[in-house]
Amino acid sequence: MNGVQVQNAVEMGSLEQERRQSLRVAVLGAGHVGPVIARLAAHAGNSVAVATSRDPDEIELSVQVLSPGAGARWAVDAVADADIVVLAVPLHRFEQIETSLVAGKVVVDMMNYWPEVNGRLATFDRRDISSSEVVARRLPQSRVVKTLNHLGYHQLDEESRPAGDPERKALGVAGDDAAAVQVVATFVEGLGFDVVRMGGLAAGRLLEPDGPVFGRPLGRADFARAVGAVAR
Amino acid sequence: MTAASFPLVFGVDTFGDTNAENGRPVSHAQTIRNVVEQGVLTEQAGLDFFGIGEHHTDDFPMPAADVVLAAIAARTSRIHLGSAVTVLSSDDPVRVFQRYSTLNALSNGRAEVILGRGSSIESFPLFGFELADYEQLFEEKTELFAEIVKGGPVTWSGKTRAALDDQDIVPHIEAGTLKVWIGVGGSPYSVLRAARHGFSLMLAIIGGSPARFAPYSSLYRQALEKFGREALPIGVHSPGHVAETDEQARAEFWPAYRDIITRLGPSRGFPVPTPGFFEREVGPDGPLYVGSPEAVATKIARYMPVLDATRFDMKIGMPGMSQPAISKSIEMYGTQVVPRVRELLGAAVAG
Repeated sequence: MNGVQVQNAVEMGSLEQERRQSLRVAVLGAGHVGPVIARLAAHAGNSVAVATSRDPDEIELSVQVLSPGAGARWAVDAVADADIVVLAVPLHRFEQIETSLVAGKVVVDMMNYWPEVNGRLATFDRRDISSSEVVARRLPQSRVVKTLNHLGYHQLDEESRPAGDPERKALGVAGDDAAAVQVVATFVEGLGFDVVRMGGLAAGRLLEPDGPVFGRPLGRADFARAVGAVAR
Repeated sequence: MTAASFPLVFGVDTFGDTNAENGRPVSHAQTIRNVVEQGVLTEQAGLDFFGIGEHHTDDFPMPAADVVLAAIAARTSRIHLGSAVTVLSSDDPVRVFQRYSTLNALSNGRAEVILGRGSSIESFPLFGFELADYEQLFEEKTELFAEIVKGGPVTWSGKTRAALDDQDIVPHIEAGTLKVWIGVGGSPYSVLRAARHGFSLMLAIIGGSPARFAPYSSLYRQALEKFGREALPIGVHSPGHVAETDEQARAEFWPAYRDIITRLGPSRGFPVPTPGFFEREVGPDGPLYVGSPEAVATKIARYMPVLDATRFDMKIGMPGMSQPAISKSIEMYGTQVVPRVRELLGAAVAG
Protein backbone atom coordinates (compact mmCIF):
# COMPACT_ATOMS: atom_id res chain seq x y z
CA MET A 1 0.00 0.00 0.00
CA ASN A 2 1.44 3.39 -0.94
CA GLY A 3 1.00 6.64 0.95
CA VAL A 4 -2.04 7.81 -1.02
CA GLN A 5 -3.78 4.47 -0.59
CA VAL A 6 -3.10 4.52 3.12
CA GLN A 7 -4.47 8.06 3.34
CA ASN A 8 -7.58 7.03 1.39
CA ALA A 9 -8.08 4.01 3.58
CA VAL A 10 -7.83 6.14 6.70
CA GLU A 11 -10.32 8.65 5.34
CA MET A 12 -12.73 5.94 4.29
CA GLY A 13 -12.32 4.32 7.65
CA SER A 14 -13.20 7.53 9.45
CA LEU A 15 -16.16 8.12 7.16
CA GLU A 16 -17.32 4.60 7.92
CA GLN A 17 -16.90 5.45 11.59
CA GLU A 18 -19.05 8.56 11.33
CA ARG A 19 -21.81 6.64 9.60
CA ARG A 20 -21.85 3.91 12.18
CA GLN A 21 -25.14 3.82 13.99
CA SER A 22 -25.83 2.96 17.57
CA LEU A 23 -29.55 2.31 17.66
CA ARG A 24 -30.91 -0.56 19.68
CA VAL A 25 -32.97 -2.64 17.31
CA ALA A 26 -35.33 -5.54 18.00
CA VAL A 27 -36.21 -7.67 14.98
CA LEU A 28 -39.31 -9.75 15.63
CA GLY A 29 -39.26 -12.72 13.27
CA ALA A 30 -36.53 -15.09 12.11
CA GLY A 31 -37.99 -16.42 8.85
CA HIS A 32 -37.05 -15.24 5.37
CA VAL A 33 -36.67 -11.53 6.01
CA GLY A 34 -35.76 -11.16 9.69
CA PRO A 35 -32.18 -12.46 9.28
CA VAL A 36 -31.54 -10.04 6.39
CA ILE A 37 -32.69 -6.98 8.35
CA ALA A 38 -30.73 -8.14 11.40
CA ARG A 39 -27.57 -8.67 9.38
CA LEU A 40 -27.74 -5.27 7.64
CA ALA A 41 -28.63 -3.51 10.90
CA ALA A 42 -25.76 -5.13 12.82
CA HIS A 43 -23.39 -4.36 9.97
CA ALA A 44 -24.36 -0.69 10.28
CA GLY A 45 -23.16 -0.76 13.89
CA ASN A 46 -26.53 -1.03 15.64
CA SER A 47 -27.10 -3.26 18.62
CA VAL A 48 -29.46 -5.90 17.22
CA ALA A 49 -31.57 -8.54 18.95
CA VAL A 50 -33.68 -11.09 17.05
CA ALA A 51 -36.68 -12.65 18.75
CA THR A 52 -39.62 -14.91 17.98
CA SER A 53 -42.56 -16.06 20.08
CA ARG A 54 -40.44 -18.97 21.28
CA ASP A 55 -37.21 -19.81 23.11
CA PRO A 56 -34.21 -17.91 21.68
CA ASP A 57 -32.19 -21.15 21.81
CA GLU A 58 -34.17 -22.35 18.78
CA ILE A 59 -32.83 -19.57 16.57
CA GLU A 60 -29.46 -18.91 18.18
CA LEU A 61 -27.49 -20.81 15.54
CA SER A 62 -29.32 -19.29 12.58
CA VAL A 63 -28.91 -15.77 13.98
CA GLN A 64 -25.21 -16.40 14.55
CA VAL A 65 -24.65 -17.73 11.02
CA LEU A 66 -27.06 -15.59 9.00
CA SER A 67 -26.87 -12.33 10.97
CA PRO A 68 -23.34 -11.98 12.35
CA GLY A 69 -23.20 -9.40 15.11
CA ALA A 70 -26.85 -9.82 16.12
CA GLY A 71 -28.02 -11.92 19.05
CA ALA A 72 -31.06 -14.07 19.80
CA ARG A 73 -33.14 -13.01 22.83
CA TRP A 74 -36.56 -13.47 24.34
CA ALA A 75 -39.00 -11.06 22.69
CA VAL A 76 -39.81 -9.20 25.88
CA ASP A 77 -36.12 -8.53 26.61
CA ALA A 78 -35.31 -7.57 23.03
CA VAL A 79 -38.17 -5.08 22.88
CA ALA A 80 -37.66 -3.61 26.35
CA ASP A 81 -34.29 -2.15 25.34
CA ALA A 82 -35.17 -1.22 21.78
CA ASP A 83 -35.29 2.17 20.08
CA ILE A 84 -36.87 0.50 17.04
CA VAL A 85 -38.93 -2.67 16.81
CA VAL A 86 -39.09 -4.24 13.33
CA LEU A 87 -42.08 -6.48 12.66
CA ALA A 88 -40.54 -9.08 10.36
CA VAL A 89 -43.36 -11.59 10.58
CA PRO A 90 -45.98 -12.59 8.03
CA LEU A 91 -49.09 -10.47 8.45
CA HIS A 92 -51.21 -13.41 9.61
CA ARG A 93 -48.90 -13.69 12.61
CA PHE A 94 -49.31 -10.03 13.52
CA GLU A 95 -52.46 -10.56 15.54
CA GLN A 96 -50.57 -12.98 17.78
CA ILE A 97 -48.24 -10.18 18.91
CA GLU A 98 -49.38 -8.70 22.23
CA THR A 99 -50.08 -5.00 21.76
CA SER A 100 -48.59 -4.32 25.19
CA LEU A 101 -45.27 -5.84 24.06
CA VAL A 102 -44.57 -2.90 21.75
CA ALA A 103 -46.38 -0.14 23.67
CA GLY A 104 -44.44 3.14 23.65
CA LYS A 105 -42.12 1.90 20.89
CA VAL A 106 -41.30 3.02 17.37
CA VAL A 107 -42.57 0.08 15.31
CA VAL A 108 -41.50 -0.58 11.72
CA ASP A 109 -44.28 -2.28 9.79
CA MET A 110 -42.66 -4.18 6.94
CA MET A 111 -45.58 -6.57 6.54
CA ASN A 112 -47.81 -6.87 3.50
CA TYR A 113 -51.42 -7.83 2.99
CA TRP A 114 -51.03 -10.15 0.06
CA PRO A 115 -54.00 -12.53 -0.13
CA GLU A 116 -52.64 -14.54 -3.08
CA VAL A 117 -49.57 -15.48 -1.06
CA ASN A 118 -50.67 -15.51 2.56
CA GLY A 119 -54.43 -16.00 2.31
CA ARG A 120 -57.31 -13.67 3.15
CA LEU A 121 -57.44 -11.89 6.49
CA ALA A 122 -60.77 -10.29 7.36
CA THR A 123 -59.22 -7.40 9.33
CA PHE A 124 -57.11 -6.35 6.39
CA ASP A 125 -59.55 -7.07 3.59
CA ARG A 126 -60.58 -3.47 2.99
CA ARG A 127 -59.73 -0.82 0.44
CA ASP A 128 -60.49 2.37 2.37
CA ILE A 129 -57.29 2.47 4.46
CA SER A 130 -53.75 1.15 4.07
CA SER A 131 -52.68 -2.07 5.81
CA SER A 132 -50.34 0.00 8.01
CA GLU A 133 -53.26 2.05 9.26
CA VAL A 134 -54.96 -1.18 10.30
CA VAL A 135 -51.74 -2.14 12.08
CA ALA A 136 -51.52 1.28 13.75
CA ARG A 137 -55.12 1.10 14.98
CA ARG A 138 -54.34 -2.16 16.71
CA LEU A 139 -51.20 -0.62 18.28
CA PRO A 140 -52.50 2.74 19.59
CA GLN A 141 -49.65 3.07 22.07
CA SER A 142 -46.94 2.52 19.44
CA ARG A 143 -45.66 4.86 16.76
CA VAL A 144 -45.96 2.90 13.52
CA VAL A 145 -43.80 3.61 10.47
CA LYS A 146 -44.23 1.79 7.17
CA THR A 147 -41.10 0.86 5.21
CA LEU A 148 -38.91 -2.08 4.07
CA ASN A 149 -42.01 -3.91 2.82
CA HIS A 150 -41.84 -3.21 -0.87
CA LEU A 151 -38.63 -5.03 -1.76
CA GLY A 152 -38.27 -8.78 -1.34
CA TYR A 153 -35.87 -10.10 1.25
CA HIS A 154 -33.30 -11.11 -1.33
CA GLN A 155 -33.58 -7.72 -3.00
CA LEU A 156 -32.94 -6.02 0.36
CA ASP A 157 -29.97 -8.33 0.80
CA GLU A 158 -28.48 -7.71 -2.63
CA GLU A 159 -29.32 -4.05 -3.20
CA SER A 160 -27.84 -2.61 0.00
CA ARG A 161 -25.17 -0.02 -0.91
CA PRO A 162 -23.18 2.64 0.95
CA ALA A 163 -24.41 6.23 0.82
CA GLY A 164 -23.37 7.99 -2.37
CA ASP A 165 -23.05 4.79 -4.41
CA PRO A 166 -24.61 5.48 -7.82
CA GLU A 167 -26.37 2.10 -7.69
CA ARG A 168 -27.97 2.79 -4.31
CA LYS A 169 -31.73 2.16 -4.27
CA ALA A 170 -34.49 4.00 -2.40
CA LEU A 171 -37.07 2.86 0.10
CA GLY A 172 -40.28 4.71 0.87
CA VAL A 173 -40.92 5.66 4.49
CA ALA A 174 -44.42 6.63 5.65
CA GLY A 175 -45.61 7.52 9.13
CA ASP A 176 -47.83 9.89 11.09
CA ASP A 177 -45.28 10.69 13.84
CA ALA A 178 -42.48 12.96 12.58
CA ALA A 179 -39.97 11.98 15.24
CA ALA A 180 -40.59 8.29 14.63
CA VAL A 181 -40.23 8.76 10.88
CA GLN A 182 -36.93 10.55 11.49
CA VAL A 183 -35.40 7.77 13.54
CA VAL A 184 -36.61 5.10 11.09
CA ALA A 185 -35.29 7.10 8.12
CA THR A 186 -31.86 7.21 9.76
CA PHE A 187 -32.08 3.48 10.40
CA VAL A 188 -33.05 2.72 6.77
CA GLU A 189 -30.15 4.82 5.47
CA GLY A 190 -27.83 2.76 7.66
CA LEU A 191 -29.21 -0.43 6.13
CA GLY A 192 -27.92 0.80 2.78
CA PHE A 193 -30.82 2.63 1.13
CA ASP A 194 -31.83 6.18 0.32
CA VAL A 195 -35.08 7.33 1.87
CA VAL A 196 -38.07 8.84 0.12
CA ARG A 197 -40.48 10.32 2.65
CA MET A 198 -44.01 9.52 1.59
CA GLY A 199 -46.03 11.46 4.18
CA GLY A 200 -48.45 9.86 6.60
CA LEU A 201 -49.36 6.19 7.02
CA ALA A 202 -52.22 6.61 4.56
CA ALA A 203 -49.56 7.10 1.86
CA GLY A 204 -48.21 3.67 2.79
CA ARG A 205 -50.82 2.45 0.31
CA LEU A 206 -48.37 3.38 -2.47
CA LEU A 207 -45.87 0.86 -1.09
CA GLU A 208 -48.33 -2.06 -1.07
CA PRO A 209 -48.31 -5.16 -3.31
CA ASP A 210 -50.46 -3.65 -6.07
CA GLY A 211 -48.61 -0.31 -5.96
CA PRO A 212 -46.07 1.21 -8.36
CA VAL A 213 -42.85 0.32 -6.50
CA PHE A 214 -43.58 -3.13 -5.10
CA GLY A 215 -40.82 -5.59 -6.02
CA ARG A 216 -38.99 -2.93 -8.04
CA PRO A 217 -35.56 -1.77 -6.85
CA LEU A 218 -35.40 1.86 -7.98
CA GLY A 219 -32.97 4.71 -7.39
CA ARG A 220 -34.27 7.76 -5.57
CA ALA A 221 -35.25 9.72 -8.69
CA ASP A 222 -36.99 6.79 -10.41
CA PHE A 223 -38.73 5.92 -7.17
CA ALA A 224 -40.04 9.47 -6.73
CA ARG A 225 -41.22 9.48 -10.34
CA ALA A 226 -43.00 6.13 -9.93
CA VAL A 227 -44.92 7.16 -6.81
CA GLY A 228 -45.46 10.71 -8.13
CA ALA A 229 -47.06 9.42 -11.31
CA VAL A 230 -49.59 7.49 -9.27
CA ALA A 231 -50.10 10.21 -6.66
CA ARG A 232 -51.10 12.64 -9.41
CA MET B 1 -16.89 -34.46 6.70
CA THR B 2 -16.90 -32.06 3.78
CA ALA B 3 -18.86 -31.95 0.59
CA ALA B 4 -16.00 -33.59 -1.27
CA SER B 5 -16.90 -36.88 0.43
CA PHE B 6 -20.08 -37.24 -1.60
CA PRO B 7 -20.26 -38.31 -5.25
CA LEU B 8 -21.24 -35.63 -7.74
CA VAL B 9 -24.83 -36.04 -8.90
CA PHE B 10 -26.51 -34.25 -11.80
CA GLY B 11 -30.23 -34.26 -12.39
CA VAL B 12 -33.07 -32.83 -14.42
CA ASP B 13 -36.22 -31.38 -12.89
CA THR B 14 -39.47 -30.44 -14.58
CA PHE B 15 -42.74 -29.00 -13.34
CA GLY B 16 -44.61 -30.56 -16.27
CA ASP B 17 -44.43 -27.24 -18.10
CA THR B 18 -47.03 -27.27 -20.89
CA ASN B 19 -45.24 -27.66 -24.20
CA ALA B 20 -46.07 -25.81 -27.38
CA GLU B 21 -45.93 -27.00 -30.98
CA ASN B 22 -45.77 -24.36 -33.69
CA GLY B 23 -46.55 -21.71 -31.11
CA ARG B 24 -49.73 -23.42 -29.85
CA PRO B 25 -49.95 -25.20 -26.48
CA VAL B 26 -50.33 -28.96 -26.65
CA SER B 27 -52.85 -30.75 -24.43
CA HIS B 28 -52.17 -31.55 -20.79
CA ALA B 29 -52.19 -35.24 -21.74
CA GLN B 30 -49.54 -34.74 -24.43
CA THR B 31 -47.43 -32.67 -22.03
CA ILE B 32 -47.50 -35.53 -19.54
CA ARG B 33 -46.48 -38.05 -22.20
CA ASN B 34 -43.68 -35.68 -23.23
CA VAL B 35 -42.41 -35.63 -19.65
CA VAL B 36 -42.11 -39.43 -19.74
CA GLU B 37 -39.95 -39.12 -22.85
CA GLN B 38 -37.82 -36.45 -21.12
CA GLY B 39 -37.28 -38.86 -18.23
CA VAL B 40 -36.16 -41.65 -20.54
CA LEU B 41 -33.89 -39.24 -22.39
CA THR B 42 -32.37 -38.11 -19.08
CA GLU B 43 -31.11 -41.65 -18.49
CA GLN B 44 -29.90 -42.01 -22.09
CA ALA B 45 -27.95 -38.74 -21.77
CA GLY B 46 -25.99 -40.20 -18.85
CA LEU B 47 -27.57 -38.10 -16.11
CA ASP B 48 -28.33 -39.36 -12.60
CA PHE B 49 -31.75 -38.08 -11.52
CA PHE B 50 -35.11 -37.04 -12.90
CA GLY B 51 -37.46 -35.06 -10.69
CA ILE B 52 -41.01 -33.85 -11.15
CA GLY B 53 -42.42 -30.93 -9.18
CA GLU B 54 -46.06 -31.08 -8.10
CA HIS B 55 -48.18 -28.33 -9.63
CA HIS B 56 -51.88 -27.85 -10.28
CA THR B 57 -52.26 -25.21 -13.00
CA ASP B 58 -52.88 -24.92 -16.73
CA ASP B 59 -49.22 -23.94 -17.18
CA PHE B 60 -48.01 -26.92 -15.13
CA PRO B 61 -50.61 -29.73 -15.26
CA MET B 62 -48.65 -32.05 -13.00
CA PRO B 63 -50.50 -33.03 -9.81
CA ALA B 64 -49.61 -36.74 -9.84
CA ALA B 65 -45.85 -36.77 -10.23
CA ASP B 66 -45.51 -40.25 -8.72
CA VAL B 67 -47.69 -41.80 -11.44
CA VAL B 68 -45.57 -40.23 -14.16
CA LEU B 69 -42.37 -41.27 -12.38
CA ALA B 70 -43.68 -44.85 -12.29
CA ALA B 71 -44.05 -44.80 -16.07
CA ILE B 72 -40.47 -43.56 -16.35
CA ALA B 73 -39.30 -46.22 -13.89
CA ALA B 74 -40.69 -48.89 -16.21
CA ARG B 75 -38.57 -47.60 -19.07
CA THR B 76 -35.31 -46.88 -17.24
CA SER B 77 -32.93 -48.88 -15.09
CA ARG B 78 -30.37 -46.54 -13.60
CA ILE B 79 -31.52 -42.98 -12.89
CA HIS B 80 -33.05 -42.04 -9.58
CA LEU B 81 -36.58 -40.67 -9.68
CA GLY B 82 -38.14 -38.22 -7.31
CA SER B 83 -40.52 -35.43 -6.54
CA ALA B 84 -39.18 -31.91 -6.90
CA VAL B 85 -41.02 -31.01 -4.79
CA THR B 86 -43.89 -32.76 -3.07
CA VAL B 87 -46.02 -30.05 -1.45
CA LEU B 88 -46.21 -31.89 1.86
CA SER B 89 -48.12 -29.08 3.60
CA SER B 90 -51.25 -29.90 1.60
CA ASP B 91 -50.72 -33.65 1.34
CA ASP B 92 -50.91 -36.54 3.77
CA PRO B 93 -47.49 -37.81 4.93
CA VAL B 94 -48.79 -41.38 5.10
CA ARG B 95 -50.01 -41.31 1.52
CA VAL B 96 -46.82 -39.58 0.30
CA PHE B 97 -44.75 -42.32 1.89
CA GLN B 98 -46.99 -45.03 0.44
CA ARG B 99 -46.78 -43.61 -3.07
CA TYR B 100 -43.00 -43.14 -3.04
CA SER B 101 -42.38 -46.42 -1.30
CA THR B 102 -44.40 -48.01 -4.10
CA LEU B 103 -42.31 -46.12 -6.65
CA ASN B 104 -39.22 -47.35 -4.83
CA ALA B 105 -40.46 -50.93 -5.19
CA LEU B 106 -41.25 -50.52 -8.89
CA SER B 107 -37.88 -48.91 -9.62
CA ASN B 108 -35.75 -51.28 -7.53
CA GLY B 109 -34.77 -48.68 -4.96
CA ARG B 110 -34.43 -45.60 -7.15
CA ALA B 111 -37.07 -43.38 -5.52
CA GLU B 112 -36.34 -40.14 -3.69
CA VAL B 113 -38.64 -37.56 -2.13
CA ILE B 114 -37.96 -33.84 -1.99
CA LEU B 115 -40.36 -32.27 0.47
CA GLY B 116 -41.38 -28.65 0.18
CA ARG B 117 -43.52 -26.27 2.09
CA GLY B 118 -44.83 -25.03 -1.22
CA SER B 119 -44.06 -21.71 -2.84
CA SER B 120 -46.60 -22.75 -5.46
CA ILE B 121 -49.63 -22.39 -3.32
CA GLU B 122 -52.47 -23.44 -5.57
CA SER B 123 -52.81 -26.79 -3.78
CA PHE B 124 -54.02 -25.08 -0.59
CA PRO B 125 -57.47 -23.94 -1.77
CA LEU B 126 -57.71 -27.05 -3.96
CA PHE B 127 -57.46 -29.41 -1.00
CA GLY B 128 -59.07 -27.18 1.61
CA PHE B 129 -56.06 -25.92 3.53
CA GLU B 130 -55.55 -22.40 4.87
CA LEU B 131 -52.47 -20.59 3.60
CA ALA B 132 -52.14 -18.96 6.99
CA ASP B 133 -51.46 -22.42 8.47
CA TYR B 134 -48.65 -23.40 6.14
CA GLU B 135 -45.87 -23.25 8.72
CA GLN B 136 -47.65 -25.50 11.19
CA LEU B 137 -48.77 -27.84 8.42
CA PHE B 138 -45.24 -28.26 7.12
CA GLU B 139 -43.66 -28.53 10.55
CA GLU B 140 -46.01 -31.25 11.77
CA LYS B 141 -46.20 -33.18 8.54
CA THR B 142 -42.42 -33.23 8.16
CA GLU B 143 -42.16 -34.55 11.69
CA LEU B 144 -44.63 -37.35 10.92
CA PHE B 145 -42.89 -38.13 7.62
CA ALA B 146 -39.59 -38.43 9.49
CA GLU B 147 -41.21 -40.92 11.86
CA ILE B 148 -42.59 -42.97 8.98
CA VAL B 149 -39.32 -43.21 7.04
CA LYS B 150 -37.55 -44.59 10.10
CA GLY B 151 -39.48 -47.81 9.36
CA GLY B 152 -41.45 -49.80 11.88
CA PRO B 153 -44.84 -49.06 13.43
CA VAL B 154 -45.64 -45.37 13.91
CA THR B 155 -47.23 -43.73 16.92
CA TRP B 156 -47.90 -40.05 16.38
CA SER B 157 -50.41 -37.35 17.20
CA GLY B 158 -50.79 -33.76 16.09
CA LYS B 159 -53.27 -31.14 14.99
CA THR B 160 -53.08 -31.52 11.22
CA ARG B 161 -54.16 -35.14 10.75
CA ALA B 162 -55.63 -38.09 12.62
CA ALA B 163 -53.35 -39.70 15.19
CA LEU B 164 -51.57 -42.99 14.52
CA ASP B 165 -51.21 -45.67 17.17
CA ASP B 166 -48.58 -48.33 16.58
CA GLN B 167 -49.53 -48.28 12.91
CA ASP B 168 -47.65 -50.36 10.36
CA ILE B 169 -47.36 -48.41 7.10
CA VAL B 170 -46.82 -50.39 3.91
CA PRO B 171 -45.19 -51.10 1.55
CA HIS B 172 -42.00 -51.35 3.61
CA ILE B 173 -38.79 -50.11 2.04
CA GLU B 174 -36.98 -53.16 0.72
CA ALA B 175 -33.42 -52.17 1.58
CA GLY B 176 -32.01 -49.18 3.43
CA THR B 177 -34.18 -46.11 3.81
CA LEU B 178 -36.05 -43.82 1.46
CA LYS B 179 -33.81 -40.91 0.44
CA VAL B 180 -35.46 -37.67 1.63
CA TRP B 181 -34.54 -34.05 0.94
CA ILE B 182 -36.09 -30.79 2.01
CA GLY B 183 -36.36 -28.07 -0.60
CA VAL B 184 -35.50 -24.65 0.80
CA GLY B 185 -36.32 -21.39 -0.92
CA GLY B 186 -35.11 -19.05 1.80
CA SER B 187 -36.50 -20.07 5.17
CA PRO B 188 -33.86 -20.74 7.83
CA TYR B 189 -36.46 -22.80 9.66
CA SER B 190 -36.55 -25.23 6.75
CA VAL B 191 -32.75 -25.50 6.84
CA LEU B 192 -32.85 -26.30 10.55
CA ARG B 193 -35.75 -28.70 10.00
CA ALA B 194 -33.80 -30.64 7.37
CA ALA B 195 -30.82 -30.94 9.71
CA ARG B 196 -32.92 -31.94 12.70
CA HIS B 197 -34.61 -34.80 10.83
CA GLY B 198 -31.46 -35.90 9.02
CA PHE B 199 -32.81 -35.01 5.57
CA SER B 200 -30.57 -33.68 2.81
CA LEU B 201 -30.79 -30.04 1.78
CA MET B 202 -31.95 -28.93 -1.67
CA LEU B 203 -31.49 -25.21 -2.24
CA ALA B 204 -34.09 -23.90 -4.70
CA ILE B 205 -32.39 -20.89 -6.26
CA ILE B 206 -34.65 -19.26 -8.81
CA GLY B 207 -34.02 -15.54 -8.32
CA GLY B 208 -31.13 -13.31 -7.36
CA SER B 209 -27.52 -14.29 -6.79
CA PRO B 210 -26.73 -17.98 -6.03
CA ALA B 211 -23.91 -16.83 -3.73
CA ARG B 212 -26.53 -15.36 -1.42
CA PHE B 213 -27.43 -18.95 -0.43
CA ALA B 214 -23.96 -19.88 0.80
CA PRO B 215 -24.80 -18.96 4.43
CA TYR B 216 -27.68 -21.46 4.33
CA SER B 217 -25.23 -24.24 3.47
CA SER B 218 -23.05 -23.13 6.34
CA LEU B 219 -26.06 -23.07 8.68
CA TYR B 220 -27.05 -26.56 7.50
CA ARG B 221 -23.57 -28.03 8.14
CA GLN B 222 -23.40 -26.49 11.61
CA ALA B 223 -26.95 -27.54 12.42
CA LEU B 224 -26.27 -31.17 11.41
CA GLU B 225 -23.35 -31.11 13.83
CA LYS B 226 -25.44 -29.52 16.57
CA PHE B 227 -28.16 -32.16 16.20
CA GLY B 228 -25.58 -34.96 16.16
CA ARG B 229 -26.38 -36.00 12.60
CA GLU B 230 -23.92 -37.44 10.13
CA ALA B 231 -22.89 -35.25 7.20
CA LEU B 232 -25.32 -35.19 4.29
CA PRO B 233 -25.16 -33.86 0.74
CA ILE B 234 -26.39 -30.43 -0.35
CA GLY B 235 -28.03 -29.95 -3.74
CA VAL B 236 -28.96 -26.98 -5.88
CA HIS B 237 -32.07 -26.66 -8.04
CA SER B 238 -32.07 -23.85 -10.62
CA PRO B 239 -33.66 -23.21 -14.00
CA GLY B 240 -31.56 -23.71 -17.10
CA HIS B 241 -31.52 -24.27 -20.83
CA VAL B 242 -28.66 -25.43 -23.05
CA ALA B 243 -28.28 -24.90 -26.80
CA GLU B 244 -25.42 -24.71 -29.31
CA THR B 245 -24.70 -21.04 -28.58
CA ASP B 246 -25.50 -18.54 -25.84
CA GLU B 247 -27.59 -16.57 -28.32
CA GLN B 248 -29.67 -19.58 -29.37
CA ALA B 249 -30.23 -20.70 -25.78
CA ARG B 250 -31.39 -17.25 -24.75
CA ALA B 251 -33.61 -16.84 -27.82
CA GLU B 252 -35.34 -20.17 -27.07
CA PHE B 253 -35.69 -19.52 -23.34
CA TRP B 254 -36.46 -15.81 -23.01
CA PRO B 255 -39.96 -15.53 -24.55
CA ALA B 256 -41.27 -18.46 -22.50
CA TYR B 257 -39.56 -17.19 -19.35
CA ARG B 258 -40.89 -13.66 -19.88
CA ASP B 259 -44.44 -14.88 -20.41
CA ILE B 260 -44.63 -17.22 -17.44
CA ILE B 261 -42.99 -14.80 -15.00
CA THR B 262 -45.37 -12.08 -16.19
CA ARG B 263 -48.35 -14.40 -15.66
CA LEU B 264 -47.17 -15.57 -12.23
CA GLY B 265 -46.07 -12.09 -11.14
CA PRO B 266 -49.21 -10.89 -9.38
CA SER B 267 -49.51 -13.98 -7.18
CA ARG B 268 -45.80 -14.58 -6.57
CA GLY B 269 -44.51 -11.02 -6.32
CA PHE B 270 -42.36 -11.17 -9.46
CA PRO B 271 -42.02 -7.87 -11.32
CA VAL B 272 -42.56 -8.04 -15.10
CA PRO B 273 -39.15 -9.14 -16.42
CA THR B 274 -37.32 -6.75 -18.72
CA PRO B 275 -34.53 -7.75 -21.12
CA GLY B 276 -32.08 -6.01 -18.75
CA PHE B 277 -33.33 -8.06 -15.82
CA PHE B 278 -33.00 -11.24 -17.89
CA GLU B 279 -29.42 -10.33 -18.84
CA ARG B 280 -28.53 -10.14 -15.15
CA GLU B 281 -30.30 -13.40 -14.32
CA VAL B 282 -28.48 -15.34 -17.06
CA GLY B 283 -25.20 -13.53 -16.37
CA PRO B 284 -22.42 -14.77 -14.08
CA ASP B 285 -24.16 -13.53 -10.89
CA GLY B 286 -27.68 -14.70 -11.72
CA PRO B 287 -29.49 -17.99 -11.00
CA LEU B 288 -30.41 -18.99 -14.57
CA TYR B 289 -28.13 -21.51 -16.30
CA VAL B 290 -28.96 -20.55 -19.88
CA GLY B 291 -26.35 -20.71 -22.60
CA SER B 292 -23.87 -22.81 -24.53
CA PRO B 293 -22.52 -25.99 -22.90
CA GLU B 294 -19.27 -24.26 -21.95
CA ALA B 295 -21.02 -21.22 -20.40
CA VAL B 296 -23.44 -23.37 -18.42
CA ALA B 297 -20.71 -25.78 -17.28
CA THR B 298 -18.53 -22.88 -16.14
CA LYS B 299 -21.35 -21.42 -14.09
CA ILE B 300 -22.32 -24.73 -12.47
CA ALA B 301 -18.69 -25.46 -11.63
CA ARG B 302 -18.36 -22.00 -10.14
CA TYR B 303 -21.34 -22.20 -7.81
CA MET B 304 -21.29 -25.82 -6.61
CA PRO B 305 -18.19 -25.21 -4.44
CA VAL B 306 -19.48 -21.80 -3.29
CA LEU B 307 -22.67 -23.49 -2.09
CA ASP B 308 -20.86 -26.55 -0.75
CA ALA B 309 -23.06 -28.62 -3.08
CA THR B 310 -22.35 -31.99 -4.67
CA ARG B 311 -25.60 -32.20 -6.57
CA PHE B 312 -27.05 -29.95 -9.26
CA ASP B 313 -30.57 -30.37 -10.64
CA MET B 314 -31.35 -28.26 -13.68
CA LYS B 315 -35.00 -27.36 -13.99
CA ILE B 316 -35.54 -27.67 -17.73
CA GLY B 317 -38.29 -26.22 -19.91
CA MET B 318 -40.75 -23.39 -19.43
CA PRO B 319 -44.42 -23.34 -20.42
CA GLY B 320 -44.58 -22.68 -24.15
CA MET B 321 -41.21 -24.19 -25.09
CA SER B 322 -41.13 -26.97 -27.66
CA GLN B 323 -40.38 -30.59 -26.89
CA PRO B 324 -37.50 -30.74 -29.43
CA ALA B 325 -35.77 -27.73 -27.80
CA ILE B 326 -36.17 -29.29 -24.35
CA SER B 327 -34.93 -32.69 -25.55
CA LYS B 328 -31.90 -31.09 -27.16
CA SER B 329 -31.21 -29.21 -23.93
CA ILE B 330 -31.32 -32.40 -21.83
CA GLU B 331 -29.07 -34.20 -24.28
CA MET B 332 -26.46 -31.43 -24.33
CA TYR B 333 -26.63 -31.04 -20.55
CA GLY B 334 -25.94 -34.76 -20.09
CA THR B 335 -23.38 -35.32 -22.81
CA GLN B 336 -21.47 -32.02 -22.84
CA VAL B 337 -22.19 -29.86 -19.79
CA VAL B 338 -21.86 -32.48 -17.06
CA PRO B 339 -18.59 -34.04 -18.32
CA ARG B 340 -17.16 -30.52 -18.51
CA VAL B 341 -18.37 -29.67 -14.98
CA ARG B 342 -16.74 -32.86 -13.67
CA GLU B 343 -13.54 -31.88 -15.44
CA LEU B 344 -13.60 -28.33 -14.03
CA LEU B 345 -14.39 -29.51 -10.51
CA GLY B 346 -11.81 -32.30 -10.73
CA ALA B 347 -9.20 -29.76 -11.76
CA ALA B 348 -10.21 -27.54 -8.86
CA VAL B 349 -9.86 -30.42 -6.38
CA ALA B 350 -6.55 -31.56 -7.87
CA GLY B 351 -5.23 -28.01 -8.00
